[in-house]
Amino acid sequence: MPERLRHLLAIEPLTAEQIVFLLDEAKPFQEFQRYPLKKLATLRGKTAALAFFEPSTRTRISFATAASRLGADTMNLQAETSSLKKGESLLDTVRTLDAMKPDCIVIRHSSSGAADFVASRLEIPIINAGDGMHEHPTQALLDALTIRDRRGSLEGLRVTIIGDILHSRVARSNMHLLGKFGCHFTLCGPAMWVPREWECSGLRVRRTSRIADALEGADVVIVLRVQQERLHEPALPLDEYILLYQLTPERLRLARPDAIVMHPGPMIRGLEIDPAVADGPQSCILEQVTNGLAVRMALLFLLIGTGSESDQPKGSTHAAD
Amino acid sequence: MGVTEKKQLMSATEIDRTLQRLAHEIVEKSGGTANLALIGIRRRGVPLAHRIAKAMRGIDGVDVPVGTLDITLYRDDLSKVAQHPVLHSSDIPFGVDDKDLILVDDVLYTGRTIRAAMNGLFDQGRPQRVRLAVLIDRGHRELPIEASFVGRHVQTSSSEIIEVRLSEVDDQERVMLVERVN
Repeated sequence: MPERLRHLLAIEPLTAEQIVFLLDEAKPFQEFQRYPLKKLATLRGKTAALAFFEPSTRTRISFATAASRLGADTMNLQAETSSLKKGESLLDTVRTLDAMKPDCIVIRHSSSGAADFVASRLEIPIINAGDGMHEHPTQALLDALTIRDRRGSLEGLRVTIIGDILHSRVARSNMHLLGKFGCHFTLCGPAMWVPREWECSGLRVRRTSRIADALEGADVVIVLRVQQERLHEPALPLDEYILLYQLTPERLRLARPDAIVMHPGPMIRGLEIDPAVADGPQSCILEQVTNGLAVRMALLFLLIGTGSESDQPKGSTHAAD
Repeated sequence: MGVTEKKQLMSATEIDRTLQRLAHEIVEKSGGTANLALIGIRRRGVPLAHRIAKAMRGIDGVDVPVGTLDITLYRDDLSKVAQHPVLHSSDIPFGVDDKDLILVDDVLYTGRTIRAAMNGLFDQGRPQRVRLAVLIDRGHRELPIEASFVGRHVQTSSSEIIEVRLSEVDDQERVMLVERVN
């Protein structure tokens, strides 16, 4: 069993063994989502602070639901209504939260490194729910769980990522994760959005601006959201993006017949993805959402569900072994 | 802290004979097997439940379904667990509503595992009846829980450990009495 995790700040420093352990721990929680009674008492009396300094709906709801199904309470901080608007610093805000004695803080922030910064200054476990353009580790874990379920294994898959890869923490975390399992990557999008940073990473990465090239032989196709606010930086008309990069049923036929299509959401039908693909048999978009709950339940359980007191022998209950 | 083996409590043959007897008792005392199902508590309750089910097929020709239950999320001592516990899926391939269930475990000790198992079971529905079958009852209960079917009662001290070793999980087949030494 891998070493005890204290935080989840990024995928990059994790070992393949730790990742497999996390995915395995999420399996019972996948099954749990089908129970008639979706409530455990495992984290009763624990509190997870959800500090979202950046707007988020699905990730916040996913963490809140995961905590609630484990029996934990949540404290919610949302950017729109918080004192951040009044100029309080990140550190002061999280210290204030910490003073209310939560058992962990789930943090999303627009600055890369925000989760690390908070983890280095507080004593409690920190879960990164997305920091700037850096990482979104729980998204990568839920994606990996989805891929492993559909394809049986993560090893050596051909993974195509389409869209604004440069600004995407989802793409970055996914590449760090799947790269540890020998996956090959093809990054596809307008040249300004396809970064060169991976060329020296040791990963097998190919860049292309032609979607037909990118899809050829792919096992996994990850479509990223087009952040429309970025389309003007340099100008790229929306209809041109659709024409060149939309994932359509015709284009998807270039991938392997059993290829799966993923999207981290929120997706805009008719922009980056054709509705027929989004709703088609190869799409795992809703499985991703359900698996997100499972991964986040597993993480909360591991980080705050068990004691961290050292060398405690196995309890007297003769329970697990 | 180490352990020393004090003596063997059951051989492979004795384990087998005991499970056969438990299977007979369950059939006899259930008033029909139509509604019956076995739930093995991970880890060693699972192979025991399968063996009892197999023995019941030999008696009555009845196929009693077997499910498995992982109780980790229901433990009451998680705050004392330093390592990340390894979770396993529970697999109960039938609805537990209105079923006549037999929980199966290797050793009944404090009763806390059974308390956890019952909580886990009731999260999945409302069984008509729940009974407990164990290979060994070693006493020292901390909760008002008793087994309906017991393979063998063993007097133990709290520094002793009973190790049930089963060929499906371990590389041997016997029950040992082991003592903790400091």
